[in-house]
Amino acid sequence: MALGLSLLQRLVGFAIVFFGVTFIIYFTVFSMPGDPIRALAGDRQLSQSVVDALNSRYLLDQPLWVQYTNYIGNLLTGDLGVDLRGRPVAGQLAARWPITIILALTAWTIQIILGLAVGIVSALKRGTVIDRGLLVISIGLSCIPVFVLGITAQIVFGVRLDWLPVAGIREGWPLAYLLPSLVIAMFGLASVSRLVRGSMIENLDADYVRTARAKGLGESRVIGLHVMRNSLIPTATFLATDLGFLLGGAVVIEGIFNLPGVGNLLFLAIRDHEATLVVGISTALIIIFLLTSLIVDALHALLDPRIRRG
Amino acid sequence: MADPQNQTPRTAKITVPKTMAIPTAARREGSWRRLVRRPLLWMGAVVLLVMGAFAVAPGPFAALFGNGDPRACDLADSAKRASAGHPFGFDVQGCDIWANAVYGAQSSLAVGFLATAIALLIALLLGTLAGMGGRAADWVVSRVTEVFLGFPFLLAAIVVLNMLGARNVLTVGVVLGVFGWPMMARLMRGSVRSVAKADHVLAARTMGLGTGRIMSRYVLPNAVQPVLLLATLTIGAVIVAESTLTYLGVGLSSPAISWGLQIAAGSRVFQSAPHVLVLPSVLLAMTVLAIVTIGEELRSVFDPRERS
Repeated sequence: MALGLSLLQRLVGFAIVFFGVTFIIYFTVFSMPGDPIRALAGDRQLSQSVVDALNSRYLLDQPLWVQYTNYIGNLLTGDLGVDLRGRPVAGQLAARWPITIILALTAWTIQIILGLAVGIVSALKRGTVIDRGLLVISIGLSCIPVFVLGITAQIVFGVRLDWLPVAGIREGWPLAYLLPSLVIAMFGLASVSRLVRGSMIENLDADYVRTARAKGLGESRVIGLHVMRNSLIPTATFLATDLGFLLGGAVVIEGIFNLPGVGNLLFLAIRDHEATLVVGISTALIIIFLLTSLIVDALHALLDPRIRRG
Repeated sequence: MADPQNQTPRTAKITVPKTMAIPTAARREGSWRRLVRRPLLWMGAVVLLVMGAFAVAPGPFAALFGNGDPRACDLADSAKRASAGHPFGFDVQGCDIWANAVYGAQSSLAVGFLATAIALLIALLLGTLAGMGGRAADWVVSRVTEVFLGFPFLLAAIVVLNMLGARNVLTVGVVLGVFGWPMMARLMRGSVRSVAKADHVLAARTMGLGTGRIMSRYVLPNAVQPVLLLATLTIGAVIVAESTLTYLGVGLSSPAISWGLQIAAGSRVFQSAPHVLVLPSVLLAMTVLAIVTIGEELRSVFDPRERS
């Protein structure tokens, strides 16, 4: 009963967030300055009848809420509409999202490996020079604007050392994705390693760890089996949220490394006032965001029996 | 990850101290002595002080090498390397890089502090409302927070900055602040809720004190600390976010002078003239590093679990 109620509450919350965000996006995109029809025409002069026909074709002569209702109605049947050049939005998303997904998963994996390593070492060596040094390095990396990090990596590893391709996806996975993924991972390294370090330190002092030591377990078993398992709960939920963000596309990195992903597409769409495209991408982003938060909650309950029992 | 909003360091491990012991003189002295033994903290403070001095009075610092006017530019000097009186060389427009970098501190720091102040204010209000205001208020605030978290930040920044018409320190700061509060609000909510359950709050209720008094005297002072620490990290994140927005062409625009503008301009000629990019990037990274280090060190000083 209580479970059903909270599930219902969640679903209603999801619906409100979904419709709220999509409506605000719809409203803001269509209130951007500039006339999309004129932008489409460029230098050509359009006769009034053509403008009227285009306006009514894209429902631009209708009030905003009619356009929005129409859009949501089409969305429910899987139709994301067409952009101003007549290309279907769904097709563009399908072409570009795989690249973003590959980039996100590669960066995410690197981030997990490095974050765990740095976090565990800092926790076990807490307060020492090693701990301080790792703190400064990891935070220092996250303080450099990501585009500076990206260009520097391109020059050093792509041009000077010629280890990895500078830009583009011609070399395919993993070569083409390694450099941008590393830059993204470096940027997120501090968050993950700080989190791992914090929760490990919290658990290292816990009573159950003292018990494990007292009963004569070896240090590797104490750390590996007892401390790690409990420390990974907050890290796991953070990593799930992080993957959600990464799947949304990295505008700057995709731009610098010339990866035709969805972040790049969103940026171009905003710049060119491609309203349906912006709304389509944003809608997909919201769905990813909502699914991620659902997965995070489920993960939390799954990993931590205290939460499951409520 | 390049979404500027996402650059808020999500240090989720700032928890409310469970001990609510009265801070006695001995405890205070203990904290102070732990602060003194933190060289990183003092290094951060020194860097921040220098940048603060750049921001408040750029003139004398810019003139340190004899050419202090950031707008005295000669296109003939475009992207020239270091020479006498110009230890860091010239940028693409032929302006002295050192003078520009010194003057750039002001915009970057102003955006950082303004946006964080706005975000902190919203977060404290909404977080307290969600934490203390009952189930309905909590539900509504949580949904609003999710709407702001789910909204693509880049789109928001571009649209709002376009609507405001001007892209200066004030508008960029306001936009970054208005979209930068959700993480802090969530932290505040959790913090308020956990403090509200503490024994001393129950005692205050039992004594029949009003809600306003309980909030202002017993809950908020104890709940606000982790949020303030996250706010210090947010200042750094906002400074980075400003430069990223500027790089994308939607942040500050000239004739403003900021590190973001200089780095963005330098990044376009990085192949042929890498020296243009170096100084503003280093100053920006040092400033952010100083702020974040101060926040981290304060957190670990006040965190009882860190004492080994």
